[in-house]
Amino acid sequence: MLNYIFKRMLSAIPFMFMVSLTVFILIQLPPGDFVDSYAAAAASSGETISPEKMADLRHQFGLDRHILIQYFYWIGGIVTGNFGYSFEWQSPVKDLVGERIGLTLILSVAAMLFTWALALPIGVYSAVKRYSIGDYFFTFVGFIGLAVPNFLLALVMMFIASKYYNQDVTGLFSPEFQSADWSLARVYDLMHHLWIPMIIMGAASSAGLIRILRANLIDQLYMPYVVTARSKGLSEVKLLIKYPVRIALNPFVSSIGWILPNLVSGAVIISIVLNLPTVGPMLYQSLMSQDIYLSGTILLVVCLLTVVGTLLSDILLVILDPRIRLEQ
Amino acid sequence: MSEENKQETAQVNMANLRGGIEYASQWQLMWARFRKHRVAYASMVLVALLYVVAIFAEFLSPFSPEDPSSRTVYQPPQVLHFDGFKPYVNKFTLTRDPVTLAPTYVKTDEKTYLEFFAKGYEYKMLGIWETNLHLFGPKEQGEKMFLFGSDKLGRDMLSRVIFGARFTLSMGLIGVILSTVLGIALGGVSGYYGGKIDWAIQRLVEFILSLPTIPIWLALASALPRNWPPHLVYISVTVIISLIGWTHLARVIRGKFLAMRGEVFVIAAKLDGCSEARVIFRHMLPSMASHVIAAVTLAIPSMILAETTLSFLGLGLQPPAISWGVLLKDAQKISVISNAPWLFLPGVMVVISVLAMNFFGDGLRDAADPYSH
Repeated sequence: MLNYIFKRMLSAIPFMFMVSLTVFILIQLPPGDFVDSYAAAAASSGETISPEKMADLRHQFGLDRHILIQYFYWIGGIVTGNFGYSFEWQSPVKDLVGERIGLTLILSVAAMLFTWALALPIGVYSAVKRYSIGDYFFTFVGFIGLAVPNFLLALVMMFIASKYYNQDVTGLFSPEFQSADWSLARVYDLMHHLWIPMIIMGAASSAGLIRILRANLIDQLYMPYVVTARSKGLSEVKLLIKYPVRIALNPFVSSIGWILPNLVSGAVIISIVLNLPTVGPMLYQSLMSQDIYLSGTILLVVCLLTVVGTLLSDILLVILDPRIRLEQ
Repeated sequence: MSEENKQETAQVNMANLRGGIEYASQWQLMWARFRKHRVAYASMVLVALLYVVAIFAEFLSPFSPEDPSSRTVYQPPQVLHFDGFKPYVNKFTLTRDPVTLAPTYVKTDEKTYLEFFAKGYEYKMLGIWETNLHLFGPKEQGEKMFLFGSDKLGRDMLSRVIFGARFTLSMGLIGVILSTVLGIALGGVSGYYGGKIDWAIQRLVEFILSLPTIPIWLALASALPRNWPPHLVYISVTVIISLIGWTHLARVIRGKFLAMRGEVFVIAAKLDGCSEARVIFRHMLPSMASHVIAAVTLAIPSMILAETTLSFLGLGLQPPAISWGVLLKDAQKISVISNAPWLFLPGVMVVISVLAMNFFGDGLRDAADPYSH
């Protein structure tokens, strides 16, 4: 098994290379470069930048070199921990995104846990009490959960909170903790703000997961081994938890692979709507202003998060499921 | 079970006769199974209605969606009443706060009567003949009414939502067609030939699936020049959405091709010396058509959600183009929506159409599967 894990990790390396190349192509796509948009921004405020100054800036940022050289400079820097320099913020990318990436990770993991915590009991209930009123209710709510775009849910929550509870749900910290150093009080404050984006992000993905769990469990519930166990007099709860649920849980583990990309991706838009201090709003802003090293780093990190998620879920699956282990 | 079977045979009474034996084609059986699924059937009708609205947007909208009025900024929706059989709405009068200039609307007893086939703004029906007839509108030409309220420029939200249906729904459809072409081509090649090509295409699919979609969309959409004309933006946004959406379809189609490659009828066709194209298009594709249609229907909602999300962020369609996402962009600020919650109505339409398409697609998928019972 260690062998498999090692091989699986090795195979992630070309994958990461592909990701970095894709990201680099993506950030190079817009016509013009940062200096152009910088000049346009300056022009709109009445300043003019001479062509010599522009060429000078390009040279300074290395934008006049061949695209492949730019890529290798960029990727080489990242491997050695230098993520480049944000033109717009005039500071190293590393300083800008550090805390934001941490908060994005916390938010995504919290949403993931919430998804599981919601999906497991509801999925088991819906499968065992198939076609009951409760099952229909959850199926209906689940369908709606899948149909409501993330950002709309965020808007509606914002509306309800401000209209009826007179509360502001934007941001992840109260004003006094905005730029404070990490302390227990700040963590507590974060917990206080985290739950709304967590619920919004978790709602849609748990709707999907409930449907998968329900279908898988229903397949298992009528298997001969369940009938055998029941006829031997095993109690209904023990029977359920010990065998069919355990098998039906596989998608939970493999879901790390596909829910994590979804959550990370959903976090971007929810963060923009709720103005959370995660990478979302910064990615949006940097894409708009073609601040390529900043947007490139964020895109790369966000993609790598999902690659790591897939890797984790593959390894966990092998550990959990002997059948997959034997296939290797 | 036997009761169900009887129902099924009863519903297949359009079955054909051949040599004295009744038989029903695959499609007839599917239709019979589909009709039993009431929610899916109702959803199909709703989806059809939504597309009719999109096609006849000019006829169905009482006002021009671009007709602004400073006298009706953020007017709340008026409720439809009936005076006998005559529908009417109560007029609102506008007063402005002398200090903040914030508008407040007061309902009055004055009535605006509505009628069917009212005369309104001029347009070309289906782009062919000119008319000014609208399904309904105020009796007196030039009068205003706002069943869905009005937006920041005093434009009629109902008309805007109707026009939004055109962009949003057509984009879902065109996007899914592009995805299907890509999905059938790549998924088909992958499943039919197998081997190295299969391996390569599967890695590509896995790669795209593992990328977080929204950040990639953002990056692609932000690469579009700001000054492009609306139709170019429309096409490129559709292409961007389908570039990512084809992977699921490719997986479904590859699975079907793989499963079918070993079937006796396919081997027989090959042994008969059919060309590859004939084997694929005449023998294999028709027998998976129902599954593909179901998968395609289920893919439209994600296209719609994608368009809405992108336009909402200001990276998809740009005003003056009207789509539900563009309309929702106005509902971004809490200060605006707490005073004008009717700006959520385009969002309600998104949810309704996505729900209907999901139910419709689910019903189709169940009906397409002969082993679903």
